[in-house]
Amino acid sequence: MTDGQDGAVTAAASNRDIARLTALHGLMARIRAFERAAETGQTRGSVLGAVHLSIGQEAVAAGVCAQLRRDDLLLSTHRGHGHTLAKGADARAMMLELLGKAGGTSNGRGGSMHIADFSVGMLGANGVVSANIPIAVGAAQAIRLKGGDQVVVCLFGDGAINRGPFMEGLNWAKVFNLPVLFVCEDNGWSATTRTSELTAGDGAAARARSMDVTAIEIDGNDLALVDETAREVVARLRAGDGPILIHARTYRLLGHTASDTAGYRPAGEAEGRWEGDPMRRNRAVLEAAGVGAHEIDALEQAATDEMTRALDDAEAAPFAPAALAFDDVQDAGAPTRFWTREG
Amino acid sequence: MADITYLEAGRLALAEEMDRDPLVWALGEDLGRGGVFKQYDGLQARFGANRIVDTPISEATIMGAAVGAAMSGTRPVVEMRFSDFALCAVDELVNQAAKARYMFGGQTRVPLVVREPIGMWRSSAAQHSQSLEAWYAHIPGLVVTVPATPADNYALLKAAIRSDDPVVHMEHKNLWALKGPAAETDAPAEFGRGVVRRKGSAITIVTWSAAVWTALDAAAAMGVEGIDIEVIDLRTLWPWDRELVLESVSRTRRALVMHEAVQAGGFGAEIAATIAEELHHRLDGPVRRLGAPRAPVPYAPPMEEQLKITAGDVCRAVKVALGAA
Repeated sequence: MTDGQDGAVTAAASNRDIARLTALHGLMARIRAFERAAETGQTRGSVLGAVHLSIGQEAVAAGVCAQLRRDDLLLSTHRGHGHTLAKGADARAMMLELLGKAGGTSNGRGGSMHIADFSVGMLGANGVVSANIPIAVGAAQAIRLKGGDQVVVCLFGDGAINRGPFMEGLNWAKVFNLPVLFVCEDNGWSATTRTSELTAGDGAAARARSMDVTAIEIDGNDLALVDETAREVVARLRAGDGPILIHARTYRLLGHTASDTAGYRPAGEAEGRWEGDPMRRNRAVLEAAGVGAHEIDALEQAATDEMTRALDDAEAAPFAPAALAFDDVQDAGAPTRFWTREG
Repeated sequence: MADITYLEAGRLALAEEMDRDPLVWALGEDLGRGGVFKQYDGLQARFGANRIVDTPISEATIMGAAVGAAMSGTRPVVEMRFSDFALCAVDELVNQAAKARYMFGGQTRVPLVVREPIGMWRSSAAQHSQSLEAWYAHIPGLVVTVPATPADNYALLKAAIRSDDPVVHMEHKNLWALKGPAAETDAPAEFGRGVVRRKGSAITIVTWSAAVWTALDAAAAMGVEGIDIEVIDLRTLWPWDRELVLESVSRTRRALVMHEAVQAGGFGAEIAATIAEELHHRLDGPVRRLGAPRAPVPYAPPMEEQLKITAGDVCRAVKVALGAA
């Protein structure tokens, strides 16, 4: 490990906790299987709206979130299923939410893009790029006001660094020395445009350092490295040494949404990147350390079975009652149904 | 009770709520030095820099941080200096604060207050003079308060701070120095309760914020001519006191809705439409509206004057409504 000031680093091959990496492999497999089930659901027409899959980016979610306590807080993006699962949310309730069904994490009012589970400190995915950054610094400010040693993790994509709240939020977190871990999950693409074509300078870490925010650049597809980096950084944040930014380079193996075939990418680009898929890479690490292929296969199969069941069960479940459309808008001046549909 | 200014009433309300609840705090630019209008004078010395927080000039993050802090169990009071500047934080207010409780299925609340001073004041020109209350009244999830008196500023700000809904509290800059009776009790106001400021029988004027005083001036002038005007101060625009307005207009049978904001698409249109829908057959004439022409607010006083609704404008509108023009 290094503080990353010298650029990208990779985990030392030695000193790896294989049992931990095996467990995290299982978590990545659950995320992958959840995304595949969501994709299937969208194909079948049961998963509605825009669904942004994180296939290929699982190591960031698993490696970062596994270092958090349940009472630590997490803010995510429109591509947030993996982060939410890794923070400990119930996969079945999440799947119900993706289908708008009763018993979903938000009872069908949020769907994929607004997935949230406050019971595990997951304060919401966000449909607006970089909007979660100010919310994260405010959550950290509340921790300070109430007295506590929780940390706040804010994950965002590479496109988010071109919005003002990124600069405002990092500056704010630094001047108030807040315990926020900013994670730029850099998958290379701003929706359907290559981010590098639209980003001046050296990106997230350089911008963070210009504000004296510690920044660490890592290979985000190296699960062991993400895990080690997150462990060290979370300890520093808990000790009051914040904020810190991790720039994790990864790759979005599929399209922007489940219905995007990504035809704008040069032929062969994505195919080539499957070589660096964090699932494949971590499997190789585990096998080299003597973990049997059958054991890894079993983990992956269990994940697939779990999420297939979650999708099937969610498809069989009823929608949340339509009248819930009028709940939880506000206490004062709450809405009533359309008068034209009454009586 | 002694008289108090509108500005002091707001400061007193905040200080009392901060005394009452250690999780109430305020954030915004220059608060340590009292804020741009001195509404926060002395509060940082009293409550410390962790509860009266001086922030960078980062409106989006001021509002967004308040959202995160509100979802995490505190009650932030956001200062935006001018409602115009709050436009830098509209995503944070409209897409985040107003929606979080709903789209997360009731898992959270966003108990924040944003203070957005509105209105024309001392040649402040196009970017420091707007009255944008209609925008926020349009957004499901938000409460909008528009006090016209010191006692209401006190009681409505207290209610806003205790509310679990996000509240846009719009104080009028031209009222800061207005002196009036302090509130009789320390109780918070109830949202959605307007008040009849002047009883009358010839026509009902529905208005809010500083325009209440313009309406009362006009009513006094018309009273001399024997025209007896009823003036309703709505105090809050969402929720708004529909029952009070409809009861009054069903008696007077005529209505004029007036406000400082631009007339086109103003909140007065909602009120006028409601009166027309509910009382069409009981009206003695069409519902009238009076608001600013649809132009930005200019700088030079003679031009600025063109945009202001004066008591004379109100008197003329009343005469038109009464068919006496």
